[in-house]
Amino acid sequence: MSSAPVLKVEGLVTELRSGGGSVRAVDDVSFEINAGETLGLVGESGSGKSMTCLSILRLIPSSVGRVTGGRVVLEGTDLMTLDEAQMRHHRGRRISIILQDPMTSLNPVLRIGDQVGEAIKLYRGLEGPALRDAIVDGLRAMRIPAPEQRVSAYPHELSGGMRQRVGAAIAMAGPPAVLIADEPTTALDATVQSQLLALLKDVQRETGLAILFVTHDFGIVATICDRVAVMYAGRIVELAPVAELFANPRHPYTEALLRSVPDLDVDVERLYSIEGQPPALDDLPAGCSFAPRCAYARDVCRERGPPRIEAGPLHHASCWKLAGYGD
Amino acid sequence: MATDAPLLELTDVRKHYAVSGGPLGLKTVGAVRAVDGLSFSVRAGETLSIVGESGCGKTTTARLILKLEEPTAGAISFEGRRLDTLDAAGLRHFRGSVQAVFQDPWSSLNPRMTVGRIIAEPMIVQARLSRQDRQDRVAELMTQVGLRREQAELYPHQFSGGQRQRIAIARALSVDPKLIVLDEPVSALDVSIRAQILNLLKDLQDRLGLSYVMIAHHLATVRHMSHHVAVMYLGQLVEIAPGRELFRRPLHPYTQALYSAALSTHVGRPLSEPALKGEIPSPLNPPSGCRFHPRCPHALAECSASEPALVEIEPGRRVQDCSCVRRLISAAAK
Ligand SMILES: Nc1ncnc2c1ncn2[C@@H]1O[C@H](COP(=O)(O)OP(=O)(O)OP(=O)(O)O)[C@@H](O)[C@H]1O
Ligand SMILES: Nc1ncnc2c1ncn2[C@@H]1O[C@H](COP(=O)(O)OP(=O)(O)O)[C@@H](O)[C@H]1O
Ligand code: SF4
Ligand SMILES: [Mg+2]
Ligand SMILES: [Mg+2]
Repeated sequence: MSSAPVLKVEGLVTELRSGGGSVRAVDDVSFEINAGETLGLVGESGSGKSMTCLSILRLIPSSVGRVTGGRVVLEGTDLMTLDEAQMRHHRGRRISIILQDPMTSLNPVLRIGDQVGEAIKLYRGLEGPALRDAIVDGLRAMRIPAPEQRVSAYPHELSGGMRQRVGAAIAMAGPPAVLIADEPTTALDATVQSQLLALLKDVQRETGLAILFVTHDFGIVATICDRVAVMYAGRIVELAPVAELFANPRHPYTEALLRSVPDLDVDVERLYSIEGQPPALDDLPAGCSFAPRCAYARDVCRERGPPRIEAGPLHHASCWKLAGYGD
Repeated sequence: MATDAPLLELTDVRKHYAVSGGPLGLKTVGAVRAVDGLSFSVRAGETLSIVGESGCGKTTTARLILKLEEPTAGAISFEGRRLDTLDAAGLRHFRGSVQAVFQDPWSSLNPRMTVGRIIAEPMIVQARLSRQDRQDRVAELMTQVGLRREQAELYPHQFSGGQRQRIAIARALSVDPKLIVLDEPVSALDVSIRAQILNLLKDLQDRLGLSYVMIAHHLATVRHMSHHVAVMYLGQLVEIAPGRELFRRPLHPYTQALYSAALSTHVGRPLSEPALKGEIPSPLNPPSGCRFHPRCPHALAECSASEPALVEIEPGRRVQDCSCVRRLISAAAK
């Protein structure tokens, strides 16, 4: 397991068309992921998690918006400088994605074997019997039972969990160095979810895959992530090793969020709750986006964006409170 | 505040949906046994939660309790009166006493009605109060659920998900119900909004003595909210127990699997993959014997032979009486 980051995202900015102007769905996002590591990306719906993923893969349709700043360095190559043909060479092969709803990424009229085969043929150049073997191996590696028979099934004939495994088989066809998993288990039942998580962790152990795991479930974060980035209104407000984040959250949003989630083994009379709701991107407050809901907000928070504070090894948070409110 | 007489009682309730097929789809080829022999009761002031994986029959159970569907067999009683024998006055009383809040705050509110009108609707249907009194009541309800009374003139699309769920709760409260059926009331909401709604529901229960039947997936939420928890698998109860007991000592292998799949927010707890085989079979052709046997890590040959009965093993705790549960209990007794 090397410690050089396989994926390095620096100052990523994505602007979306909105009304006559534009909004920043991803605003100065930076992080790195090492081989064999899982970085969790948590945040509420609309906070920009999926836009971050699509931006990294350069999959934002031009009708929706575009990446306007930053670098995405995959194994030493800045993806943002590639032309579309070069980008296609990397996408899927070295960096791939699985989505929440595998039905949207699978073709409903093609047999799953052909879909997995298409990816393997494209990325590994296999043909004929070697390709057929690789398809069955790929499905088996994702623990799809009876893969020899399943190759001829259509997506609708499979359960949600099995479809997600087919999606994973396609995503692993490269095989990639980085896997982006955008809430891949949100639509799955609990027992099926933990089976898929265990599968991903096993694949990671065997291949040294780096994983960006998007979720809003702190249970998943606590269980499978090494480090966590917390996103709020398009920005990463805190990033820390997982144990550190749970034990010592520094950003008021992270702290409040962790306190508001009931735990399976701890009884509390009343849950802590964050009043108000996340802001709309086209109506962001000046200063810190969390200020209208923050129990610690002071005038400076409503005026100027908070500075990024190093809170410990590999731990940073952007908040005026941590900076002594600028005094 | 719980009294002994149940407010709601289900006795061996079944709901089967005919499935058509064959040429032209005219032939009935089978039945989905969405709910297949449910018995449980809920007392005043209590929350009973139903957990189980997708398709196990939770929403169908909710719809039966709300009398939006009629059971194929079995009886549902509210305040001791069977729902299938209610006369017009009895039905009106029932409709006023039992209300619902559904998962999707986006589709469950009429987009063309003002929020004030949406909240007043059950009172209008029930022909309660004068127009002016209704308006006062709407204002009072809105304050109670944390909305501003001026917002009564707005339309649902002008509210966030959490606010819409508050509207749905205010609407349910408008006729002073005794029981509210909550089908995944916070699943569609953001994490930071969920605690607001859960706290609101708990406060209302404390204040008004409400009973809830809650359907939820997140076990930690269920534990936080519930007095009793019922675990469903393929249309049946496999286990029902006081919430803390259930989570302290899950007995049925399926409850154990659900519990081990629930991810704690404690860092460093290993990912314990439930030792389950395969996925949930179709309720069209449920397995013989114990419906869980094809996936159960402890299954013996006898498990497929006879259907286990739900037996009471402790006061308030019932579990399907299969050989492995018996083994577990006797091992624990030693
Ligand atoms: N009107 C209907 N006609 C035919 N089958 C139905 C009907 N309603 C429900 N079912 C079937 O009954 C079973 C139970 O469905 P139900 O909606 O109660 O599940 P659930 O436990 O609420 O699931 P989820 O967690 O996905 O909401 C499922 O197999 C479903 O497909
Ligand atoms: N296809 C799209 N067109 C326009 N705006 C979009 C689109 N998808 C997402 N957005 C907007 O981008 C922002 C971030 O969304 P997203 O990245 O999907 O959030 P998350 O994945 O964290 O829920 C939101 O304001 C959302 O409304
Ligand atoms: S910058 Fe101010 S408002 Fe923002 S999180 Fe920190 S203390 Fe709260
Ligand atoms: Mg998303
Ligand atoms: Mg349901």
